[in-house]
Amino acid sequence: MDDGDAASIVRHTGKNTLTVRTAELATALICALCSIGLMVKSAELNIGWVEGRGPGAGAWPFWLSAGMLAASLVTVWRWFRRRTAQSRSLEPYISRESVLVVGVSAGSILFLLVATHLIGLYAALFLFLLFYLKFVGRHSWPLTAALMIALPVFIFCLFEWALKIPLPKSITEPLFYPIYDLMYS
Amino acid sequence: METIVTLLGAGILEALQPVNFMMILIGCAIGLLVGAMPGLGSVNGVAILLPITFLVPPTAAIIFLAAIYYGAMYGGAISSITLGIPGASTAVATVFDGRPLAQSGKADQALFAAAVASFVGGTISVVLFTLFAPPLAAFALKFGPPEEFALMVLAFATFIGLGGDDIPKTVFSILIGLVLAAVGLDIISGQPRLIFGNLPGFLHGVNFLVLAIGIYGIGEMLWTLENTKGKVVVHKVKLSMQSMLRNLAVIKTYIGTTSLGSLLGYFVGTLPAAGATPASLMSYGIAKTFSKEPDTFGKGNVSGVAAPEAANNAASTGSMLPMITLGIPGSPTTAILLGGMIIWGLRPGPLLFTEHPGFVWGLIGSLYIANLVTLLINLAFIPVFVKVLTLPFTILAPVIYILCIVGGYAPTQTMHDVWLMFLFGIVGYLLRKLNYPVAPAVLAIVLGPLAERSLRQSLLASQGDMLTFVERPISGVCIAFAAALMAYPLCQKWRARAGKSRAA
Repeated sequence: MDDGDAASIVRHTGKNTLTVRTAELATALICALCSIGLMVKSAELNIGWVEGRGPGAGAWPFWLSAGMLAASLVTVWRWFRRRTAQSRSLEPYISRESVLVVGVSAGSILFLLVATHLIGLYAALFLFLLFYLKFVGRHSWPLTAALMIALPVFIFCLFEWALKIPLPKSITEPLFYPIYDLMYS
Repeated sequence: METIVTLLGAGILEALQPVNFMMILIGCAIGLLVGAMPGLGSVNGVAILLPITFLVPPTAAIIFLAAIYYGAMYGGAISSITLGIPGASTAVATVFDGRPLAQSGKADQALFAAAVASFVGGTISVVLFTLFAPPLAAFALKFGPPEEFALMVLAFATFIGLGGDDIPKTVFSILIGLVLAAVGLDIISGQPRLIFGNLPGFLHGVNFLVLAIGIYGIGEMLWTLENTKGKVVVHKVKLSMQSMLRNLAVIKTYIGTTSLGSLLGYFVGTLPAAGATPASLMSYGIAKTFSKEPDTFGKGNVSGVAAPEAANNAASTGSMLPMITLGIPGSPTTAILLGGMIIWGLRPGPLLFTEHPGFVWGLIGSLYIANLVTLLINLAFIPVFVKVLTLPFTILAPVIYILCIVGGYAPTQTMHDVWLMFLFGIVGYLLRKLNYPVAPAVLAIVLGPLAERSLRQSLLASQGDMLTFVERPISGVCIAFAAALMAYPLCQKWRARAGKSRAA
């Protein structure tokens, strides 16, 4: 059937690169495993019928997860039969170039989140913007500095002042005491 | 009819209240920008900005979000024409003729046609919305839990039958959205459910915004970063009074296809899986089929710009019809609007018309105003929007990430949700690369709690008899339609296979 197509695809990748085809199978298997995990987790509650209450608390998520498992297994089966475009593609799943672009973004968000726990959101924003604007974007110092100050101030005014939602500040909390005094006096 | 006119009049007055009118102005402007930026569409804008709307009363908030939705549909055309990159998937069809027009120096004509067509599409669909919504809501008052559940099954079935994506993956996406909605305290027994790792953060459930912002904020940005590495070339737009007059004269050549596209867009838009993107493509196809000179399509025919733009605007209004009257969102964006309304204590559905008439008619009135406002802003500020499009991604991306993170934190004020959002963003990006559709999951997480409640209430009432869904006439019809939709792709495949073997 589609073997001709698969054979005609030129091999783009080296041996060590994750191809779309491999990623398709791995993802479907991981999804299947997650579904089984969800089924087990749901089965901790009653998945049968409770007199006077209808279906037990676990029934709905249990049968949904069972459906997820079935859908994943169909994807695995289709992978074997090479039915989907992904199961025939030997292109790299994430090209080297993309790993860099996407990795820098994902990594810097990860850093922002970890730093928020350690030094609070505002200090973390400061470092995040410095990194992204200056080192990733290579923008000028005046622009970087302007945004580094303007964005956290904007976020502060919008959330803390207008919406009254305190954002996490961790160890930098004392720095904000004078501002609180101004805001709430 | 008379009552509708009175109610609509009151609604328009409500929309003209200073706060609401301000929200329309700001919303339309933001929507135009968001829509114009490649990679960002209405759904991203609405998801990322929803947490900010807690600043204003619910009516103003939903008017603001609806205005963004509206503006984004106009805005998508701007980048389709000047950059040759669709601002959102809904504006893909606009590129076909918009780009050739811009390349031949007629960008102003294309932009003008897009704006006029969007206005026509918006107007026709809003009028249809006004006429259809009250009777549909009145009809839906008869719905009990089985009908509600059957309707949701039908909504999900449209993704399987009409979504056009890989079916097992679509099913997986729907189900995982529903499972995520089941996390937290069970609605009937109050038992904690699916509390992974005993983390207390899961006790309040998985907020739909966490999934929506994760997927449409972070995931989408990663996706866009990967796909727009290429150079962006902006086509110059020359605007003068003379060219405006010339453009006005051309309107008559595309007004017919525009009206047809608007009608089509509206009805396609009401279907949950279909929405603005297929509507605009279908409209383009029809315009080409009925054109006297189909060969000029794809080479710079103004009708090729007008038809899809009318349809995508009409579809966005269309998708609000089931959301407001039945509580079933017609698109991912309206799913997020629906989630927002639940946060504000407004349960969308037939009762909304009787319990909160001021809100519903205010929203409908705002659509009329937003339509006009967007047209004016669009025509007046086209050069400004074009300028914004040249904003480097390295400025836009960090700003969006920050808004996502703060927006993910604000509703529940826990870092748990922010981490979860980040996780969803990454997983969403990875799954999307393998052609797993993400929109069904977002719709499912919003509808999940409602679906589960109506299912369990129905089963309780019928003593566990599943046939209750088939035996009741309205739900029976919905289930039959749903079954037909799910069988549709299979039938197509069989037919294709039969055709092949016959040919062989």
